[in-house]
Amino acid sequence: MLAAFTLLLVYQLIGEAVVHFAALPVPGPVVGMLLLFLTLLARGATPDWLRSTCNALLAHLSLLFVPAGVGVMLHFQRLGAEWLPIAVALVASTVITIGVTALVMKGLQR
Amino acid sequence: MSGRFADFWVYLSASPLLGLTATLVAYQAAYWIYQKARMNPLANPVALSVAMLVALLWFTGTPYPVYFDGAQFVHFLLGPATVALAVPLYANLATLKKNLVPLCGALLAGSVVAAGSAVGIGWLLGASRETLLSLAPKSVTTPIAMGIAEKLGGLPSLTAVLVVTTGILGAVLARGTLDLLRIGDPAVRGFAVGVAAHGIGTARAFQVSETMGAFAGLAMGLNGLLTAFLFPLLLRLWDA
Repeated sequence: MLAAFTLLLVYQLIGEAVVHFAALPVPGPVVGMLLLFLTLLARGATPDWLRSTCNALLAHLSLLFVPAGVGVMLHFQRLGAEWLPIAVALVASTVITIGVTALVMKGLQR
Repeated sequence: MSGRFADFWVYLSASPLLGLTATLVAYQAAYWIYQKARMNPLANPVALSVAMLVALLWFTGTPYPVYFDGAQFVHFLLGPATVALAVPLYANLATLKKNLVPLCGALLAGSVVAAGSAVGIGWLLGASRETLLSLAPKSVTTPIAMGIAEKLGGLPSLTAVLVVTTGILGAVLARGTLDLLRIGDPAVRGFAVGVAAHGIGTARAFQVSETMGAFAGLAMGLNGLLTAFLFPLLLRLWDA
């Protein structure tokens, strides 16, 4: 577990370094994910010790959203003032996205 | 309040223990309720924990930065968790290769429509620029979405709230939308839910079927990757 966690942090650190020095407009962890994906691709398999830790971390993924979610208390004013555009945008966009994605995939499968 | 209790409160308020413990306890309680509600998407554990913690902070008069001093240890794990998404992505490699063209097409369309329709509708209804930039990555899983919002100049904490709300909406609205369009293939259903409603949609899809869940997870990872690279570039072109 410790080895896997260390590996994840090292990839994240490399990701942050790449983003910083190449001035990429993406978050460092995303580059870290891409680099780990490429490593797995080159290696041809995911070692068990890495898979078990990653699965454990991702199983509790929703917990990790909580501290940021509590930040909603900083935005009550904005949400109160802009609730209509935000609510309509979220609901309509979610339905449209599900529909468009499904129809495009179904159309291209034939 | 007795003097001793007040002393203890002052001591606790200055340490990260309280914020961290409250976060974990609230999440455990929320997850228990979610299970009792038979995983009903409306009883989303993130939404429930956030509601409990906001109420707690409000009643105790604790400012968010004080809470975050403790909760940041949980928050920090979003980084390594994002890196860890490479593992399920790689596990779905065979499926990915077999359906490369339909998946890429659907991903590109879904990703652009998710952000474009949200920003477009928000803009038409008069949302501010900061709100629009925070809305753009709302279909991407939170750790990536917050990173993107930060890079775009939106408000990461607002984005987190919008992302969680989108996930809950997607989990609730997916079945009706897909049935209406007569989409029966679980692979297509899963992929659509994953693109639109990230991790919360994926968790929901896994409860329906293994195939649907696998495709939703694949969609979540790919959409995060695509959006992270595509959006900042689009915004640069827009501002140029």
